[in-house]
Amino acid sequence: MSGMVVIGAGQAASQLVASLRAEGYQPPITVIGDEAFPPYQRPPLSKKFLSGEMAEDRLYIKPPEFYAQANAALMLNVRATAVDLTAKTVTLADGAVLPYETLAFTTGSRVRKLTVPGADLPGIFYLRGIADVKAIQPHFEAGKRLVVVGGGYIGLETAAVAAKRGLKVTVVEALERCLQRVTSQQISDFFEGVHRAEGVTILTRTGVHGFDKAADGSLVVHTANGDIDADLVIAGIGILPEQEVAQAAGLVCENGIVVDEYARASDPNVYAIGDCANHPNPLLGRRLRLESVQNAIDQAKAAALSIVGRPKIYAEVPWFWSDQYDLKLQIAGISAPGDEVVVRGDPATRKFAVFYLRDGHVAAVDAVNAVPEYMIGRQLIAQKKPADPAKLADPAVPMKSFTA
Amino acid sequence: MPKVTFIEHNGKEHTVEAANGLTVMEAAVKNLVPGIDADCGGACACATCHVYVDPAFAGKVGEKSDMEQTMLDFANEVTDQSRLSCQIKLSDDLDGLVVRLPTSQH
Ligand SMILES: Cc1cc2nc3c(=O)[nH]c(=O)nc-3n(C[C@H](O)[C@H](O)[C@H](O)COP(=O)(O)OP(=O)(O)OC[C@H]3O[C@@H](n4cnc5c(N)ncnc54)[C@H](O)[C@@H]3O)c2cc1C
Ligand code: FES
Repeated sequence: MSGMVVIGAGQAASQLVASLRAEGYQPPITVIGDEAFPPYQRPPLSKKFLSGEMAEDRLYIKPPEFYAQANAALMLNVRATAVDLTAKTVTLADGAVLPYETLAFTTGSRVRKLTVPGADLPGIFYLRGIADVKAIQPHFEAGKRLVVVGGGYIGLETAAVAAKRGLKVTVVEALERCLQRVTSQQISDFFEGVHRAEGVTILTRTGVHGFDKAADGSLVVHTANGDIDADLVIAGIGILPEQEVAQAAGLVCENGIVVDEYARASDPNVYAIGDCANHPNPLLGRRLRLESVQNAIDQAKAAALSIVGRPKIYAEVPWFWSDQYDLKLQIAGISAPGDEVVVRGDPATRKFAVFYLRDGHVAAVDAVNAVPEYMIGRQLIAQKKPADPAKLADPAVPMKSFTA
Repeated sequence: MPKVTFIEHNGKEHTVEAANGLTVMEAAVKNLVPGIDADCGGACACATCHVYVDPAFAGKVGEKSDMEQTMLDFANEVTDQSRLSCQIKLSDDLDGLVVRLPTSQH
């Protein structure tokens, strides 16, 4: 019996194994991963793993025994290079050919690389995997000059850890403000202010044109605002869905592997889950691709139910978090330009929330150290109940009153 | 290494050992104790690592942060023994700790 083959050994893969076995799936399961590690959590990579507070084995989502106990073969350090949808086989880089009955792509995403001149000089890093952090760590020392290219969540989290460590940090962002693609002006302004107060230099509207090696062996970063000297550069300029193998096999791909609300790809025996899957969300009324732990876990649970023949639509309110300094940003829903922005609480107190209203109801919330706003916000987004912006903006009106 | 006993909702007991400094949530996950989802991996962002701490250890498990308290307000079947297990760090003081698990984390 050929059973289930899973390509990619990350967050979604480990949940898929757990959920398949919990739902009674009996056939063999084989998980193929091209990294050297069992499935691990990526969020700490730009937080407590980078800072050294968390050891490597604490990143592992499940202990290695879990896969043995679940009767799932974990094949690490090997890449799946091709899939034949007709013969129902997966070919690995070492030439092995694995037959499957059901196939899942949990291939995640890969970093977008800088393409400017000098982008391949030593000292320029990305942050996606354990191996990346290990390469960065020897250079990550107090006094070193770090240039972070890209003011997204990963860039800002990296800047926060570096500033605390005593590096001299400059964040270079091409757009008008940090986090521009994912949040409102209010949240961007707040986080830029927090970083500046911690001694981080933030340069917005500042594109990077190239890199050179200085005479002393350090780097020169050429930007629209002049040159910056650096000992190391960490770029976080976005990610791309890892879809090449799926696409070459003939599966429909468009900004990710296209799946339906049950995580089924365009071939009846194939699923795609997590960062790599472009899926419809009935709650949001549109297709999207998410890069979050919540999405990897919840979509894997839904896919497992489909695979065992008890299909359940994947429809969850997306949620995400980001830790910077002593601040926990919790996000639910997806905000969009044009939403009505309602601020609750005073950003100066480092405890406030921003609600995003669309068609009279809450479509998203960004909550800084503000758990009730986040948790109730999640419920309001799912319920699509009309919400009064004036009341939402008034911290004296308890959050619980909005769901009553 | 401190020992921790997890009691599932159905009464099944799991006694495990885990190193000082790990959290109670990690002790469960590492030892394949079922019933703790820990979706966010300990970031205090998901409230799917809810446990009930045996009253005998109430004074030893440390205080809840504001963040943990407010997350717990939104978990199911919360009592005054409720804690998020990812926020309790193991130490020799906690050797013999007993925690009970809720029916479900969702
Ligand atoms: C630094 C960083 C910080 C983050 N912080 C947060 C956060 O705070 N909160 C949050 O919710 N999310 C966060 N994320 C995002 C989150 O980690 C991802 O959304 C999640 O890991 C996606 O899970 P996945 O299973 O889809 O992909 P992954 O976990 O990336 O797993 C995919 C795996 O498949 C492997 N693979 C790909 N192609 C092949 C192939 N052909 N053959 C074999 N193996 C292959 C990859 O190498 C990888 O190991 C963060 C991500 C990063 C990088
Ligand atoms: S593991 Fe998510 S809150 Fe404890």
